[in-house]
Amino acid sequence: MRFAVTKVCGGGGKARVGALHIGGGGGIAIETPALLLSTRKGLPSFVSCDHLASLPLPDSLLLHVCPTHFMEGPPLKTISNIGGLHHMLGLPDHILVAAAGDSIESLPSSEATNKFGASFDTPSGRRLVKPSDYMELVSCMKPNLWASLADEVPAWVTDKRNKISVDRTLRWLDACIALDADSGTNGFGVIVGGSSVEQRRLCATEVSKRNVSGFWIGGFGLGENIEERCSLLNAVTDCLPPEKPRLVSRLGLPEEVLEGVAAGIDLFDSTYIYQLTMGGFALIFPIDMVEREIQNGTFNNDGGDSTKINLRASTYRKDTSRLVDSCNCFTCQNHTRAYLNHLLNVHEMLAQILLEIHNTHHYLHFFRSIREAIKVGKFDLFRQQFVKKRRANITAAVL
Amino acid sequence: MPVGTQGTIKGLTTDQLEDIGCQIILGNTYHLELRPGSQLIDDLGGLHKFMNWKRALLTDSGGFQMVSLLHLADITEEGVTFQSPVDGKPMLLTPEESIHIQNNIGADIIMALDDVVKTTITGPRIEEAMYRTLRWIDRCIAAHKKPDVQNLFGIVQGGLDPVLRDICVKGLVERNLPGYAIGGLAGGEDKDSFWRVVAQCTAGLPENKPRYVMGVGYPLDIVVCSALGADMYDCVYPTRTARFGTALVPEGVLKLKQNAMATDERPIDPTCSCMVCKKYTRAYLHCLVTKDAMGSQLLSYHNLSFMMRLSRDLHMSILEGRFPEFVRGFLRVQFPKGDVPQWVRNAMEVAGIDISECCASTKCLTPSIDEQPPLPIPVEANGGVPN
Repeated sequence: MRFAVTKVCGGGGKARVGALHIGGGGGIAIETPALLLSTRKGLPSFVSCDHLASLPLPDSLLLHVCPTHFMEGPPLKTISNIGGLHHMLGLPDHILVAAAGDSIESLPSSEATNKFGASFDTPSGRRLVKPSDYMELVSCMKPNLWASLADEVPAWVTDKRNKISVDRTLRWLDACIALDADSGTNGFGVIVGGSSVEQRRLCATEVSKRNVSGFWIGGFGLGENIEERCSLLNAVTDCLPPEKPRLVSRLGLPEEVLEGVAAGIDLFDSTYIYQLTMGGFALIFPIDMVEREIQNGTFNNDGGDSTKINLRASTYRKDTSRLVDSCNCFTCQNHTRAYLNHLLNVHEMLAQILLEIHNTHHYLHFFRSIREAIKVGKFDLFRQQFVKKRRANITAAVL
Repeated sequence: MPVGTQGTIKGLTTDQLEDIGCQIILGNTYHLELRPGSQLIDDLGGLHKFMNWKRALLTDSGGFQMVSLLHLADITEEGVTFQSPVDGKPMLLTPEESIHIQNNIGADIIMALDDVVKTTITGPRIEEAMYRTLRWIDRCIAAHKKPDVQNLFGIVQGGLDPVLRDICVKGLVERNLPGYAIGGLAGGEDKDSFWRVVAQCTAGLPENKPRYVMGVGYPLDIVVCSALGADMYDCVYPTRTARFGTALVPEGVLKLKQNAMATDERPIDPTCSCMVCKKYTRAYLHCLVTKDAMGSQLLSYHNLSFMMRLSRDLHMSILEGRFPEFVRGFLRVQFPKGDVPQWVRNAMEVAGIDISECCASTKCLTPSIDEQPPLPIPVEANGGVPN
């Protein structure tokens, strides 16, 4: 794996565009900031491989996989025999990034975590994962990138527990590196520290000293104060060397992504798309309108743009328009809001399939817009406009 | 015809259905009228447009629900009253109403409302239902507003009684309909009675019109009925069984939930060229099926691909004059020990297909006719049947 920052947003900002090269020789180059698509046992929840292939490329090649999803899955030997995760999932060209926890099926249960391993709540019960177990899974699966095993704790734990989580995370990082068959070419070190700026800085500094290819910032999205998150995030990125990629977990909302980008984050792993899909929501916020406005230097104050619509609402019963007129995804090219409303009403699986396709497509384009804004040096304006429009809409809705 | 009850095949997109070669799917009048409503569908341009399916559609009449929801139904000469399971309100389905709803939905083929009874029922009810079906077909024909774009098929009823079936066949043929269905089967009757009814009906129905055996079925049933001269089938089996983790393979079925599958690195079916068999192993699918939506999707995809392949193979083998060979090959793979069930042997004899080399011995392995409890009505098909 190679990573290089290709452009930093001017004016003292930390937002940057980078290129992540995976695979030897003329491998794939992914532009960052980028989104990792969330998966269930390695595949998207609803988007099958043929539809995955028609999502924006190369953006949609980046997938977040949880080794812990496979603890009830095929035995390690079978996974090895099949040739690793890429072969087992039928995704030879994709970039699989492995990390132990996610927000759906592998939730960190810090109260059960102990000195031997990290505990996760999974559909098949609570599982304790030791660094050795974890690295065994990683070596069989052969993902492109992997994060070390970490002790992520929610924001309300005691200072003592928080400190323990930092110590453990560092110890386990060292253990994972020692067990790494490929000796550190694709391992990301996880940074925790809860809501303590001091612990965050300490952890970040320590992880930077190790032989890691990048940084995985964990422990957010677990109950911390939204306001303090910004300062915590920036405290961490300030301690990290700029030339290595930074990934943050569980920051998924558009504003959170923008906040992360502003703090110098390159990769985002979140289940936002999944949550939207399960709720029957489709993203509709106009991405390029903001872009166009930046180019024109104007701000259109029509105040009426929503971010998402809830297709379950009866207003869509007879709405034969597409989710988003200008969208090129399979769902928008083929189906109407009325049909989606019907599918949700009668609890048909096709609803989630179509929504996940559209939401993924739309959100990946949002990330493209972010990159474009940074490249033309207008990221701060882009961010301001976006947040302003969202707030204007909410205010308008209230009034 | 895969069954897309509520305007969708569960877990598959329309382009995937096209990819696997699906030409026609079935929608259910009863369900679609309930949600989203046939009037809404009509307002939005018909079911093809609503679900964006560019190929053919068939709707059934809502009649089958009479059998499957019988405790809610009150059947009279006028029609059928259901108590809607959604909101408890009474719904009256008359022949006129069924055709009206189907006109709204806009499928290419629509089914007449028939008075269908379970084949396990005996007595005068069967005769009543058969005659009523004939009276109702006239009402359906009269109510049909779009005979130039929608083809109304009649449905042969009459239980397992060849005399009643014969009357019904003749009655429908007189009406000169675009196509005919053989109804009232696939409801738990024994297989030996089942094939005899199919054989009798196909013998009596016009050669140049499609024959549709409703609710069939398993691959073996489809092969047998095709040998007897049937053309169209519908069944929820491939997609439903997929959601329970069962894959269709030439040998029969493969239960992916079994422990042995957890380490099996082969595809579901090495002879299948569908996307699922090209990409995934049984071991991986084992951990997905019944637990994750993706498991249902992938298995439904494979199962429907399997059925489409079966249809194509049947079709091509007939066109190329090697149908008996195909049947023999099919049976050999399904019954490698030669234990072809007696009802299949009987049916193939009537169909004129020699399958003796697939059968281990002439002794039948299912209970003989003598050992079965006597059927309520003597069964004899037309055209000479071995005992």
